[in-house]
Amino acid sequence: MQADLNVILPEILLSVFAMAALLGAVYTGRDRLAPMLVWATAALMVLLAITIGMGGSGARTAFGGMINDDGFARFAKVTILLSAAAVLVLGQDYMARRGILRFEYPVLVALAVVGMMVMVSAGDLMALYMGLELQSLALYVVAAMRRDSVKSTEAGLKYFVLGALSSGLLLFGASLVYGFAGTTLFSGIIAAADGQAPLGLLIGLVLVISGLAFKISAVPFHMWTPDVYEGAPTPITAFFATAPKVAALGLFARVVHDAFGGVVADWQQVLAALSLLSMFLGAIAAIGQTDIKRLMAYSSIAHMGYALMGLAAGTAFGVQAMLVYVAIYVTMNLGTFAFILSMERDGQPVTDIRSLNLYSKAEPGRALAMLILMFSLAGVPPLLGFFGKLYVLRAAYEGGLAWLAVAGVIASVIGAFYYLRIVYYMYFGEEGATLETGRSVVQWAFLMGSAAVMVLGIVNMFGVEAMAQAAAATLVR
Amino acid sequence: MDNLLSIVTFIPAIAAGILALFLRGEDAAAQTNAKWVALIATTLTFLVSLFILVGFDPANTGFQFVEEREWLLGLKYKMGVDGISVLFVMLTTFMMPLTIAASWGVTTRVKDYMIAFLLLETLMLGVFMALDLVLFYLFFEAGLIPMFLIIGIWGGKARIYAAFKFFLYTFLGSVLMLVAMVAMFAEAGTTDIPTLMRHEFASESFSVLGIHVIGGMQTLMFLAFFASFAVKMPMWPVHTWLPDAHVQAPTAGSVVLAAILLKMGGYGFLRFSLPMFPVGAEVLTPLILWMSAIAIVYTSLVALAQEDMKKLIAYSSVAHMGYVTMGIFAANQQGLDGAIFQMVSHGFVSGALFLCVGVIYDRMHTREIDAYGGLVNRMPAYALIFMFFTMANIGLPGTSGFIGEFLTLVGVFQVNTWVAAVATTGVILSAAYALWLYRRVVMGDLIKESLKTITDMSRRERAIFAPLVVMTLLLGVYPRLVTDITGPSVEALISNVELAQSVARAATALAQAAH
Repeated sequence: MQADLNVILPEILLSVFAMAALLGAVYTGRDRLAPMLVWATAALMVLLAITIGMGGSGARTAFGGMINDDGFARFAKVTILLSAAAVLVLGQDYMARRGILRFEYPVLVALAVVGMMVMVSAGDLMALYMGLELQSLALYVVAAMRRDSVKSTEAGLKYFVLGALSSGLLLFGASLVYGFAGTTLFSGIIAAADGQAPLGLLIGLVLVISGLAFKISAVPFHMWTPDVYEGAPTPITAFFATAPKVAALGLFARVVHDAFGGVVADWQQVLAALSLLSMFLGAIAAIGQTDIKRLMAYSSIAHMGYALMGLAAGTAFGVQAMLVYVAIYVTMNLGTFAFILSMERDGQPVTDIRSLNLYSKAEPGRALAMLILMFSLAGVPPLLGFFGKLYVLRAAYEGGLAWLAVAGVIASVIGAFYYLRIVYYMYFGEEGATLETGRSVVQWAFLMGSAAVMVLGIVNMFGVEAMAQAAAATLVR
Repeated sequence: MDNLLSIVTFIPAIAAGILALFLRGEDAAAQTNAKWVALIATTLTFLVSLFILVGFDPANTGFQFVEEREWLLGLKYKMGVDGISVLFVMLTTFMMPLTIAASWGVTTRVKDYMIAFLLLETLMLGVFMALDLVLFYLFFEAGLIPMFLIIGIWGGKARIYAAFKFFLYTFLGSVLMLVAMVAMFAEAGTTDIPTLMRHEFASESFSVLGIHVIGGMQTLMFLAFFASFAVKMPMWPVHTWLPDAHVQAPTAGSVVLAAILLKMGGYGFLRFSLPMFPVGAEVLTPLILWMSAIAIVYTSLVALAQEDMKKLIAYSSVAHMGYVTMGIFAANQQGLDGAIFQMVSHGFVSGALFLCVGVIYDRMHTREIDAYGGLVNRMPAYALIFMFFTMANIGLPGTSGFIGEFLTLVGVFQVNTWVAAVATTGVILSAAYALWLYRRVVMGDLIKESLKTITDMSRRERAIFAPLVVMTLLLGVYPRLVTDITGPSVEALISNVELAQSVARAATALAQAAH
């Protein structure tokens, strides 16, 4: 028991902290504590990330295999914790000035993060569902954080209804899997589905994949993404675009490799199809967007397609490629959202990309950073985004999915158009009303830091490559 | 100096960094400083690059000045030059100071302009030196970013359209090459270019989607690389981005585009397509030869109909690049030597022609041919220089243009007489459009009111043209300067290609005999 609890100590700490914060805030003056709580939560998350990252190597399991603590889980947890902390810090100023910084915000984010940590370390369908729902419920609420805004409420409601549907699909799939494998443990399922899986198990697998695809907003389960991204307050959009994506992809990798690693060929085609559709829809649908948040929604759909391409390879290198891709994706998105958060005019947030007209004249430094991020998102060398694509392309090719690699690069050319359009507005546009972006030092630091990482990271990727390799090796045996 | 190549490559980038970080303001003093920093940095690059030329041993057909470091993903940071690439490196470092000097009249966002050009130089040099597939791709593609900005920010009226077309067109071509590179990585297990040149890629024919692919993987990979280099080159019929980009780009942008960026395509054919996929190349040679011949005749005819000077020269560039591809895929000593010679010569000549257009554009702000006429009356020095480069463009014996065209025609004549015959008509057509352009712009009476006050070239402008005139003449009368350097490497390349092709032929014959 003691050993079991040790394994989930970070999760326990974070949950206890969230509860204590909740109690404290309710008893005292409510929202006055919120800014302090945001910083405290972020600090705790960074601390946990450091302890998990520095902590021991090797794999441990708890509760009879329900929870895994291996290299893969640690890699994903560190990414999740750091990105969640970053988003909290980033959005603090934005929310405070618009009066929506309630104390529930850090508490809910902390709880969502606990859910995500459970997700990436799940070794059992029950743990999977528990983590997923903890995360989702917290996210439904934060999406509707802005109670007086119709759009925000609509976003929360939409996300909730569709999310519930996908959870239903996933549960149905899980029950089929249980019925045909006789166990909910991944280690039991992989034994039941070794080489040849019974049909019921496959149907269960497809349903589980559908549920997970909803969480990472892969096409055709992406419908909610643009609306929720647009409707939710921008800091929350930034959160949606980063940590939950990492968690859901981590869980995805766990399910397909830990539970169904014996029938790679069966899920490979499903993932390849999801990846193909996501890449193309993300690239094409974003062309007509003028709202930068909707644009980023489609961008994230496309990026999830590329990450899935790595996973679809079905190899250890594929998982490594996916992890590297996601780490790069999160870094790029943090920088981009730091910029989006800072966009405003007369104190009101602006999300129309046409407002960027000739921004580079007023703010050459920030414009350059955005330029770097946009080219990186488009996957143009020599920026780090290109290396992410290179990894997944190589994984796909070596996994026998050469056609997917070819389709992927063609989609990336289509996608390049809309990233270039942002550059176009910033550098070649006509002068319009000025855009204010200079209020927050934190946002500036994240924007510049993220752009710097995109440039400097090509030297050695700050060692993430080796960590991802070690993490992938623990998942795929 | 173990890392001479890296030093040469990154001097401009460091200068760009200094400009970006330490130069503030948009006043006249800051603008002048930016120009001087850029000029000094590019001149320094040229001077340091002379060490490469001096230390280069033409008899050695391997790579020289090689430096190698470990990098991500099992890739390597590996640089080196051989007889094929060293001249392109020199061409780049030679042209860049002239380009910067030609941009002295830029007044908007001078600092950004200079940074873009300096970064572009680093990336172009990297392309010619990289000895790792992915490193090559990195430099090759990254060049699109500064060029996109150069066209988009400092370009003409339709600059947005041209910038997007340039970027997306070349990007689409290149990503297919990326997939082929991944495939090569998977098959050979390395991205080291010298190793890959010795690697024999599978060439057994197979069927994909019901199409029988002769030459198998090699043909597919060749096509993927071809997609990239043919667009970059540009070859007919994927040349349509070039006239747009040239017309809209600022003068210096056009010069870099014509003199150096186009050479990346030809260099790619020489470095990758021919040595790595000899069987694929053999399968597709007839197609490419005919495409080149069509390019020469068709774009020459199109050039005749142009009313914009830059567009005319852009189409003439496409025609001249047709000689290059023809020479390369003739795959014999004369053809390859001629192709390299033609590329170097075209670098000087077309660069100079765009500068000539720039000279009068700076004065009159129009490129319409009809807006000019009789310039010789007020600009005798300009008329002389323009005449000289027009002749070089036509390929008059005694200028460098002649050697390249002649050698490639000799080379292709041995392979395919008909292609040579068709291509030769291009020589006549080039005389037609170039002389006609010259007549309309320079000759005749000066009747246009707006031209009555036009001034002849300034001392700065003359100084820019002087080195180009010298090089064009020097190479025209003493071509061994180039062929002595390229000769041994080209010879080694050809013998390797022929060996690989004969091995593949023998294997095919054996397989057929076994049936």
